[in-house]
Amino acid sequence: MIELYILLILMIIGSIIALEVRDLLSSVILVGTVGVCLSIGFIMLKAPDLAMTQLIVEILLVIILIRATISKDVRFISSKREFGIFIVVIGGLAVFINLAEEVVKNLPIFGKPIMWVSQTYLNNALMSKEAVNIVSKISLDYRVFDTFGAMIALFTAVIGVLAIGRQRSRKKD
Amino acid sequence: MHIEKRKYYFDQSKGMGIIVKTITRLTVGIVFLYGINMALKGHLTPGGGFAGGGMIALALLSLILAFGKEAAIKNINRKRITMIATWAMIMFLFLGFMGLMGGNLFSTDFSNTDSRFALLGDNIMPLFNIAICFLVGSGIYTIFITLIMLRVRKGEDK
Repeated sequence: MIELYILLILMIIGSIIALEVRDLLSSVILVGTVGVCLSIGFIMLKAPDLAMTQLIVEILLVIILIRATISKDVRFISSKREFGIFIVVIGGLAVFINLAEEVVKNLPIFGKPIMWVSQTYLNNALMSKEAVNIVSKISLDYRVFDTFGAMIALFTAVIGVLAIGRQRSRKKD
Repeated sequence: MHIEKRKYYFDQSKGMGIIVKTITRLTVGIVFLYGINMALKGHLTPGGGFAGGGMIALALLSLILAFGKEAAIKNINRKRITMIATWAMIMFLFLGFMGLMGGNLFSTDFSNTDSRFALLGDNIMPLFNIAICFLVGSGIYTIFITLIMLRVRKGEDK
């Protein structure tokens, strides 16, 4: 389990440097390394489906971000951080942690989940005659409406990008 | 996807250098076929429709990055790819309505035969994986094409 903690510390350090660095290209590359560390962490927790999807989405994100940042004029950030916003964020976090203390106390221990619903899914999916991949069986058969909602979200994003970035407005024609 | 060799291959002003173009021509087909394989075998091996569709979109994106946007947009323009995304969404809706009407499609083993290791046996998961693969691949490609075609003109706000 010590490797997982090393990965988590690397991810935290990478995120902080990505926030603080001036060059936008270095920041994008650091975001990519955080994603790769997350993918290796998914493999260590024995979830190869999630690891594969995370790696592909991370590559896409880095390509789109590099394409969006390099071609623009702004490559270096030279603005100072305001002190008031920092204090407001710290105060908000303190209030939130105080309110969430009862919930955090009663959470199950890491690695020992509560198996109320999951146990039924596991038993039925292991006995089924259709799929070998149990993750696919759960996400595409027992919980197919969750997948349907995710696809609706993606389709809405496509329609929104098409509506914002069309070539000429319709009134002028 | 046929790329005219003389026009785009030796033109140094469009896309990247000639080494990148040669390597991209060799690898783009392999990446594309691996994406299709991953989407079709989603119920057997790790992966699934989302990862397969993303891999197909990545193959098309590498084609754009290496050869310039004219080479790719000439073959797959925005109208065609939007039509593919729309038809994939309609296919997903149709599968959902089939489950509502017919009843025994979801959460049950509706066949008597054991199709556990079959590629296209009598289960509904490959159909969902194909629809998700089409939707994700064409959706990500549409977003990328729209973002690189977008040009902000200064001074037109007033």
